[in-house]
Amino acid sequence: MTAIDAVHPGVETREPAFGFWRRSYAMLVKEFIQLRRDRVSFAMIVMIPVMQLLLFGYAINTTPRHLPTAVLIQEDSDLGRSILKAMENTAYFRFTRKVHDVAEFDDLLKSGKVLFGVEIPRGFERAVRRGDKPALLVAADATDPIAASSALGALGALVQTALEHDLHVGDAPDMPFEIRTHARYNPAAESRLNIVPGLVGTILTMTMLIFTALSVTREIERGTMESLLSMPIKPVEVMFGKIIPYVIVGFVQASLIVGIGVLLFGVPILGSVLLLAALTTLFITTNLSIGYTFSTIVQNQLQAMQLSMMFFLPSILLSGFMFPFAGMPLWAQYLGEGLPLTHYVRIVRAIMLKGAGLANLQYDTIALIVLMLVAMTIAVTRFRRTLD
Amino acid sequence: MSTIATSAPDIAIDVHGLSKSFGGREVVHDLSMQVRRGSIYGFLGPNGSGKTTTIRMLCGLLTPDSGDGSCLGYDIRRDADRIKRQVGYMTQRFSLYQDLSVRENLEFVARLYGMPDARGAAHEMIGRIGLNGREEQLAGNLSGGWKQRLALGACTLPNPRLLLLDEPTAGVDPKARRDFWNEIHALAAEGLTVLVSTHYMDEAERCHEIAYIAYGHLLTHGTVEEVIAESALSTFTVSGDDLNGLAGELTGKPGIDMVAPFGTSLHVSGRDKAALDATIASYRDDPRWHWQDSQPSLEDVFIDLMGRSKDNFQG
Repeated sequence: MTAIDAVHPGVETREPAFGFWRRSYAMLVKEFIQLRRDRVSFAMIVMIPVMQLLLFGYAINTTPRHLPTAVLIQEDSDLGRSILKAMENTAYFRFTRKVHDVAEFDDLLKSGKVLFGVEIPRGFERAVRRGDKPALLVAADATDPIAASSALGALGALVQTALEHDLHVGDAPDMPFEIRTHARYNPAAESRLNIVPGLVGTILTMTMLIFTALSVTREIERGTMESLLSMPIKPVEVMFGKIIPYVIVGFVQASLIVGIGVLLFGVPILGSVLLLAALTTLFITTNLSIGYTFSTIVQNQLQAMQLSMMFFLPSILLSGFMFPFAGMPLWAQYLGEGLPLTHYVRIVRAIMLKGAGLANLQYDTIALIVLMLVAMTIAVTRFRRTLD
Repeated sequence: MSTIATSAPDIAIDVHGLSKSFGGREVVHDLSMQVRRGSIYGFLGPNGSGKTTTIRMLCGLLTPDSGDGSCLGYDIRRDADRIKRQVGYMTQRFSLYQDLSVRENLEFVARLYGMPDARGAAHEMIGRIGLNGREEQLAGNLSGGWKQRLALGACTLPNPRLLLLDEPTAGVDPKARRDFWNEIHALAAEGLTVLVSTHYMDEAERCHEIAYIAYGHLLTHGTVEEVIAESALSTFTVSGDDLNGLAGELTGKPGIDMVAPFGTSLHVSGRDKAALDATIASYRDDPRWHWQDSQPSLEDVFIDLMGRSKDNFQG
């Protein structure tokens, strides 16, 4: 040690001026440098608020319009046509299907392909002219009360409009026909019936995604990846080994949520419990695969968490869990179709509340399988077999 | 199978012209080496010299930018999967699962290699590495020496033909180090080839053959005697009073390349014997010091190599 380095006895080391600020400043500079280096976090700082704003601002509509509606026409008449025209003019309904028998009509509602069904009965126009006050049936899928309520509310004024323009009856004191609305599956419009099944999917998305999103990065950060890679194991084997235990965990979790939903909230399971279990397992596996894919993309556990949040947010907003799916603009619906939660929310609501069977849920089941396979393929090809 | 390489059957590792860069910085440059089957090959060099990178290229964990070769007769580029089946790699940092017990870690390895009786194999290995009574202890809670034993046990468990050990004895006490080396020699005697990187000179001297690597370049290799002889370094051992003063006076004088204190003596070395003799002539008669013509130690040779390579490759 040279003389210069030596501490002179008697000379007190003084606290530098503004010590608190200097040290805080040093820390702040360091944090900024680290933040700038971590490009994923940096991107997330911009992406999360922008995404949230865009989704909330544009995609979410709590008074959804242009809802898919099926028409069951038993009679082709001017009055029927003008009623349908008037319905479409409210902008709440969009006629997507024209059917000719009741079974098909019920099927469309059950599978969730349409949210409303309008039935114009045989001999309707004649009955009106006779003053028989026939009934026009409007059936609504009320599993999502928000989506159904404003459209049903608009039906009252509709009759007047239709009559004024096409019947020339003037302002009749009595209604020449009545609109009989039938809120199917959730007649009391209880929101818990809608929320609880959706929650099963939402909770599972959150927990499953994070379980596997951390799995590969954890191995890298703890240094165990190096010895794992030096052993003769293939990427697919690593993936299955990491996913399968959590399928069981997820299944237990799902049973718990459904159990509480049934026992505490009185949500029915009208459909097959076995089908629900099978499709829930599929959904769990799909989410685990996506989480696992994330973990092969990111660099560390923080990024894994952020990416999971990034995925979770649109899942909640665009899946139809919180806000009516049919009310979203088309681009948001296309985005939503790419999220497993969208399909599962339809599946779980259809099985529990509508008693739907596999035949009604083919599309959503296939969509889940496709999403799972895509995620797995990406994960296996992305998995780095070397430390390069 | 076309994968059996053409190299002689008694050569375990045979690579040529391996190079590897990370982010534009060349970590290993044009490295060629041959390791005989059943030998213990010491891999020496300063920190960051490319030892770990070379080892990782040998076992398929890194792909070389250029160069080729074989490991146990398999092409290191195409047959990484086959190489992995027969190579035990012990990483520099403990890389077994800290939250798994000793037994669970070993059983995991045994199952991964598809050993028919994983439990039995793990149990046997626990006995062999002397971890009886600690089977259920979490690997993370083991002391450094035990962790190292466990790691060695894990990489020898699947009966590999080649062991790659990356600084296996760093931070381990002398007794544990000696036990470890006895084990390595026992394994080599059974026909296993061992490539071991180390910083310790005494460990280097326990190897059948050594190679010295610095700044990614393989500078010298051979038996310890060959490496020392090849260095052409002349060394005097000086004992007496005020060696510190003598060291200060000699450093930088013509013919003197290195002055290093060794306990109560001083090693004075130079590559040019004549210049060295001329410079020290005046000091040799001084009664305060006793000069003795001696062999350079392996450490002298390496420090000298390191100094020279620094001049050559660091500009």
